[in-house]
Amino acid sequence: MAYQMESSIRIEQKKPRKKAWTRWAIFLILLIFSVFALIPFYFMLVASFKPGSELIRYGINLKVQPDIMSWKNYGLLFTGKEGIYLHWYKNSVLITLLQTSVAVFLSALVGYGLAIYRFPGRNILFIAVLVVMMVPIEIMMLPLYELTVRLRIIDTYAGVILPFVVPPFAVFFFRQFALGLPRDLLDAGRIDGCSEYGIFFKIMMPLMKPAFGAIIILQAMFSWNNLVWPLIALRSNEHMTLPIGLSSLIAPYGNNYDLLMSGAVLSVLPIVILFILNQKAFISGLTVGAVKE
Amino acid sequence: MNKKKKASLLSFFNSPKTAPYVFVAPFILFFLVCYVYPFIKTIIMSTQQIFGFNDVEYIGFNNYRRLLNPHFFNALKTTSSYTFWTIMVLIPLPIILAVFLNNPATKGKNFFKSALFMPALTSVIVAGIFFRYSFGEQPTTLVNTLVGFFGMKPRVWLQERGPAMLALVVLCTWRWLGVNIIYFLSGLQAIPQEIYEAAAIDGANAWNRFFRITLPSLKPVIIYVVTISIHGGYSMFAESFAFWQTHTPGDIGMTIVSYLYQMGFNDFNMGFAAAIGITLLFIVMLINLIQLAFMGFFKKEGN
Repeated sequence: MAYQMESSIRIEQKKPRKKAWTRWAIFLILLIFSVFALIPFYFMLVASFKPGSELIRYGINLKVQPDIMSWKNYGLLFTGKEGIYLHWYKNSVLITLLQTSVAVFLSALVGYGLAIYRFPGRNILFIAVLVVMMVPIEIMMLPLYELTVRLRIIDTYAGVILPFVVPPFAVFFFRQFALGLPRDLLDAGRIDGCSEYGIFFKIMMPLMKPAFGAIIILQAMFSWNNLVWPLIALRSNEHMTLPIGLSSLIAPYGNNYDLLMSGAVLSVLPIVILFILNQKAFISGLTVGAVKE
Repeated sequence: MNKKKKASLLSFFNSPKTAPYVFVAPFILFFLVCYVYPFIKTIIMSTQQIFGFNDVEYIGFNNYRRLLNPHFFNALKTTSSYTFWTIMVLIPLPIILAVFLNNPATKGKNFFKSALFMPALTSVIVAGIFFRYSFGEQPTTLVNTLVGFFGMKPRVWLQERGPAMLALVVLCTWRWLGVNIIYFLSGLQAIPQEIYEAAAIDGANAWNRFFRITLPSLKPVIIYVVTISIHGGYSMFAESFAFWQTHTPGDIGMTIVSYLYQMGFNDFNMGFAAAIGITLLFIVMLINLIQLAFMGFFKKEGN
C-alpha cells in the first residue's frame, strides 16, 4: 500500500499539469453520463404533475410549468377507473413477495446441495443449471402457457410464478457461495446429532446470509419488473401487475395519460428508496457470475 | 410397528446418501416441468398445425418452410442488428467508464456509481414510457428539441427504421450501462495493482497499460457480458413492446420474439410460433458457440 502511494506520487510529480487536466476530463465525462442516467427520472417526475393532454400534445419536454402542474394525477391513482391502479400495486407486491421467497428458498436448497455433497448425478445436474441459464425462457412460452391452462392456474399468482420457482441463476449463485462454506462444520454438526437438514437450517443458512441478501434483492427486482411471462399468464384487468397494467394505459386511443406518469413514478419509487438505503446489496449480487468464470 | 416404520423412513431421508437428492429435488422437478417438457413439446408443436389443444394435425416441416417469409427475415434482421449495436455500445463504453471509476484520483466515485446504476432499477415499461414520449414526433419533445440545437429538423423517430433502431439502442443503453460498468469494475478490481506499478516503472504509458494489461485481464468478464448480451439481444421483446406494443407499423421494431408472440398469442398459430421458437434457440446457441470459440474460450478449457 505504502509502495503504491509512493509510486503514484512519483508519477504525479513527473507531469502534474497533464494529470490535473485528465482528472478534470474524466470527471466531466462521468458527469455527462450520470446526467444521462438521472435525467429521465427528473422528467418523469415533472411530467407526472402535468395534465395528460399536455403530454399528448407536446411529448415529454424540458419545461417546468407551475401554473398547470398539480397533485391531481396522484389522486387519480386512487379514484380513476375504480382504483384499478391499487389492484395492480397489490398484485405486484404480493407476486414479488411470493415469487422471491419461494425462489430464494428453493434455489438456496439446491445450490447448497450441489456445492456441499458429492453424489452420483451431481455434475450432470450442474451442467443442466448452466445450460438452462443459456436458454431464453421466451422459447418455452407456448407449452408453458398450455401447461398453466391445463393446470387451471392461468390468471392466478401461481401461474405467474411457475416458470421462476427455481431460477437457475440463483442456484448458480448459491452454489458458488456455498463452495466457500467450511466443510468441517458439516462433520461437527453430524457428531452433535444434527440431521442433514438441521445442519442446513441451523448452521449453514446463517453463514449464507450475504448470499441471501444479494439474491433476495435481485429476485425482487426481477419479479417487480418482469413483463413477458405475466403478460401471457395474466388475463383479467384486476389481476395484472404494474408493468402490464401501465403498458395497457399506453393504448393508442385510450385517454389514460393522466394516470400513466404518476403511476410510473409510484411504481419505481419503492425500489429507488430500497436502493438508496442499501446500495451495496444491490450491486454485490451482480458480480458473482462475472468474476468466478 | 407404525413407529418403527416412521423411524426408519426418517433415517432413510436423513442418511447422507439420500439427503443430497432431497436438496436438489426442487431443481430436478422444475427442470423436468419447466424446461424438458416444454422443450420436447415445442419441437412436437413445431411439426403440427394446431387448431385447439386437442385438435392437431401433423404437417412435418411445413411450419419451418413457412419461416421463409419477409416478416421473419425482417425480424431476424432487426434482432441481429439490435444485438450487434447493443454489444458495440455496451462493451467499450462501460469498460472506459469503469476504468475512469477505478482510477484512485477520480472524485465523487460513489455518487457516479449510484447515479449510473439507477436506471437498472426501472422496468422496461417505465423506461419505455419515458423514451416513447421523448422520441415523440411533436417538435417540442425532448429528442426533437435536442436535435434542434444542432440545426436538424424534427422527425418521426419511431416510424422509420434507422431512428427506431436508435431509440431501441438508446433505451437499452440507458438501462444497462450501469450494470455493465459494475461487471467491468469487479473485473478491474481483481487485477493485481503490482502489474501496473511494474509496467509504469518500465515506462509503459497509460495507453499501453490499457491495451496490454487492462483489456487482456478483463477478457473473462468481456466473454461473460458478450454472452449475456447475445442472450438478451436475441430474446428481446419487452423493449419493442414498450415502444410499439404488438402492432408494429410496417414491422418496425418487430423482433423474433415479438413475431413469435404475435403468431402464437394474437393469431393463435401455435405450431408456426413453436417453429419460430426452435429456430431462435438454434440461432442463439450457434452464435454463442461461435463467439466463445472466437474468444478462445474452449482453448483455455483444454489447457
